[in-house]
Amino acid sequence: MAELKYVGSKATRIDGLPKVSGSATFVDDIDFGPGLLHAAIVESPHAHARIVSIDKSEAEAMPGVVRVVTGDDFPYRFGLYMKDRHIFAMDRVRFVGEQVAAVIARDLKTAQRAAALVRVKYEELPALFDPMEAVGEGACLLHPDMCDCERVPWFFPEEDTNIAHCRRTRKGDVGRGFEEADVVLEDTYTVPRYAHCAIEPHVVVGLYDQSGRLTLWSASQSPHTQRNLFAETFAPLGLSHKDIRVVTPYVGGGFGGKAGVTMEILGAALAVAAKGRPVKLRWTREQEFYNTYQRQAVTAKLKVGAKKDGTLTAIEHVLYWDAGAYVEYGANVVNAVGLSATGPYRVPNVKIDSYCIYTNLPPGGPYRGFGYSEFHFGLESHMTRIAHELGIDAVEFRKRNAIREGDTLPYGAKMNPSGLAETIDRAAEAIEWGSEVEPSGPGKAVGKGMALMWKAPAMPPNAASAAFLKFSEDGSVNVTVSGMEIGQGYMTAMAQIAAEVLTVPPERIRVETPDTDRNPYEWQTVGSHVTWGCGNAVRDAAIEARDRIFDVVNRARGVPVDALYLEGEKVKSRLDPGFELRLRDFVIYGIQMEDGTFRGGPIMGSGMFMPEFTSALSDPATSQGGHPNVHYTVGAAGIVLEIDRETGKVEILKAALAVDVGKAINPDLVEGQITGGLLQGLATVLYEDMRFDESGRLLNPNFTDYKIPTAMDTPREMIPIIVEVPQPDGPFGARGVGEHTMIPAAPMVANAVEDAVGVRIKSMPITAEKIALAIRDAST
Amino acid sequence: MKREITLNVNGEEWTVAVAPNETLLEVLRDRVGIKSPKIGCERGDCGSCTVILDGKTVRSCLVLAVEADGHGVLTVEGLSRDGITGLQQAFLDKNSFQCGFCAPGVILTASELLAKNPHPSEHEVKEALAGNLCRCTGYTPIIDAVLEVAERGGVEDDG
Repeated sequence: MAELKYVGSKATRIDGLPKVSGSATFVDDIDFGPGLLHAAIVESPHAHARIVSIDKSEAEAMPGVVRVVTGDDFPYRFGLYMKDRHIFAMDRVRFVGEQVAAVIARDLKTAQRAAALVRVKYEELPALFDPMEAVGEGACLLHPDMCDCERVPWFFPEEDTNIAHCRRTRKGDVGRGFEEADVVLEDTYTVPRYAHCAIEPHVVVGLYDQSGRLTLWSASQSPHTQRNLFAETFAPLGLSHKDIRVVTPYVGGGFGGKAGVTMEILGAALAVAAKGRPVKLRWTREQEFYNTYQRQAVTAKLKVGAKKDGTLTAIEHVLYWDAGAYVEYGANVVNAVGLSATGPYRVPNVKIDSYCIYTNLPPGGPYRGFGYSEFHFGLESHMTRIAHELGIDAVEFRKRNAIREGDTLPYGAKMNPSGLAETIDRAAEAIEWGSEVEPSGPGKAVGKGMALMWKAPAMPPNAASAAFLKFSEDGSVNVTVSGMEIGQGYMTAMAQIAAEVLTVPPERIRVETPDTDRNPYEWQTVGSHVTWGCGNAVRDAAIEARDRIFDVVNRARGVPVDALYLEGEKVKSRLDPGFELRLRDFVIYGIQMEDGTFRGGPIMGSGMFMPEFTSALSDPATSQGGHPNVHYTVGAAGIVLEIDRETGKVEILKAALAVDVGKAINPDLVEGQITGGLLQGLATVLYEDMRFDESGRLLNPNFTDYKIPTAMDTPREMIPIIVEVPQPDGPFGARGVGEHTMIPAAPMVANAVEDAVGVRIKSMPITAEKIALAIRDAST
Repeated sequence: MKREITLNVNGEEWTVAVAPNETLLEVLRDRVGIKSPKIGCERGDCGSCTVILDGKTVRSCLVLAVEADGHGVLTVEGLSRDGITGLQQAFLDKNSFQCGFCAPGVILTASELLAKNPHPSEHEVKEALAGNLCRCTGYTPIIDAVLEVAERGGVEDDG
């Protein structure tokens, strides 16, 4: 590959100046004038109940109230992968906090007061909070009609159960694999629910104008997917895609929580209900915790067999997911894990069952890591334990079994190129694996832990990206795309990719946030796939623009196209070192000929990308036959921590993560993903935890009681390590990295805790209290 | 019920009629059109609504507008009026922020720290920033930028 000038170098974020100067506009910052209406939600106080009646007369009579809306006004189903939700609860409510009605009023305080006056009569039903109970004998059915719900062809609900989907993967013969093993280790690991905690709460403003045009300003990762879901849901009103516009300004953090459609469906419905006036709905921090997607809890039963020499013979992984009241998105998390719960290992015999189970807790959904963080906790804890049983070093054991390019994946397709072995070596080296660290004092113990990770984007096989690119008079460039800048640095990466092809520096390229009227299609900004997918589309668009440039120069100056190249914003010729044309001199106005006429026109380019090699069709009993994933990004992480034996308090001395990103389009931004994701992952294992009471009410829906890391909680040292084994179909060899960085955090802490104090903790979070109690129990 | 108050916001006088239960944050965003202080939790946990009131950072969601009557408010809009400060430039150069929602609050908190303590230790920086939650960055690039400015300031002072 030719030497790269912009790709692979640090560039200042193109959204940096708006963000440090306070100019960056988020949805809630847009002014809609004095006509703006506000909405408040009437929520279910019960985890499971039949709605007997709703009396809205008192609320409607309150001065300032415009309208009170209930499910009867919009009896439509919606959902991304499975339409198992109504806009408002219809016949029953299925979790505490579920929307039953909404009040639209001239100001928020009036709306909130009126919402308290909506009288809803309920008849309570037995509620299910434990997925194991929900799949037990005689459990009540939460969605008796689930098999009638429209859904993607790769979901398989099990009639007359609470199992909305089960992904089964079979490779080889696990029975034989365990027979061949010298050691078989079996155990159960549990992971609770977690909250995304983007600092910007969900907010949407909807306007259904008198001409029948529906516009949503939405804090979202998914403008086109939202438009599509609104069009599907409100089709009975005669709305088509062209009538719906979704505008997504800067978004204040996503982490999966702003993917798909959650509360935004209410914004669309309320706008339709208050035709002609904009309506704003902004979630409170409490609602942000209990009525958006949550990361699903899981109970994972794991059995692994290995030979004396350390070779893995079989993995059986059965996962029971607490998927919550609705699984329209969460079932695909379960599905993704069902395909990949072996981790990055070559294993001849595999059995995975991943059960998506309805419960009466808030809906589960996508969260950075998409199920992989959850199953890696057990898997990577187990790998260290089995290495210990075999008397093999835990790093050596992993290297021996690490998956390689061309290996057969659990579902039959082949593994992509990867630098897994290098990531293991470099992470181990960074934490000086194998060397002892002196504790800082008596009563303290130091431990080291390692964990590997892998993850593939989970998306429909035809999830596509598109890009437009245009020049302006001064040779600067606008790139219009519909991926979301959710902090990862997407805009900058797209500018760097276009810059590389066009030789226009990134600071002369503008990338703006999407508007579905004007920006071309992007499925969603999820799965760590936009740098890869949309990056390919942007590269394609830039190449088309470059081809047009060469065509114009060829027609005007007669230089053969294959002799032309771009350098420093100029067209040059390999045949004539003196030949050069500045882009700015002709990309709009064309090139003048001797007779005074011009050749050319405004230069632009369009590009598109779809992974044409993927397919979600496979045998439901084994998952063999399809190619559901585009590629896996792999990595290895290590940690050094010190524990106070008395209190169990953990201090992280050093955390290192090596990840094979294929090609770092902007290494500085990749490092930002590593430090940010690692800390987010460390928080899930050390202290974060959603707690519900016995009636299904969330006990800690705020930052006082649900602790997320502060600046005081950063490890003493964080070591980001970038490995680059190119992804052949990625832009300049790049593959995804954003989500992966939190995946290995939990198991490496569990492994380091055991290394330090000799206790193995198999349920997250691994709090100081849990460690202290485990140490006490072990010593008695 | 409403009461007229006078605020000096980023050097401009504003007279607005406010209800007794309106917060400074609401008044800044909805009446004065100052949008950099963000609504993140409305209970003082997250720090995204941080503004500088008479030289000291406050959570504007926890300050009633009537309490700010006759006082001066500085936000990032005011800080950036004549171009961004050296601290903002350091945040920019280090790609310190990701989604940027917490940035206005972090910038004001760090500005206050450096004004009061031009040479903070790493621990002092972390302690000062501990009330401003950031979910994206792991804080490292934010802390590094503040420390770099502190170091540079040190060089100037010594010179």
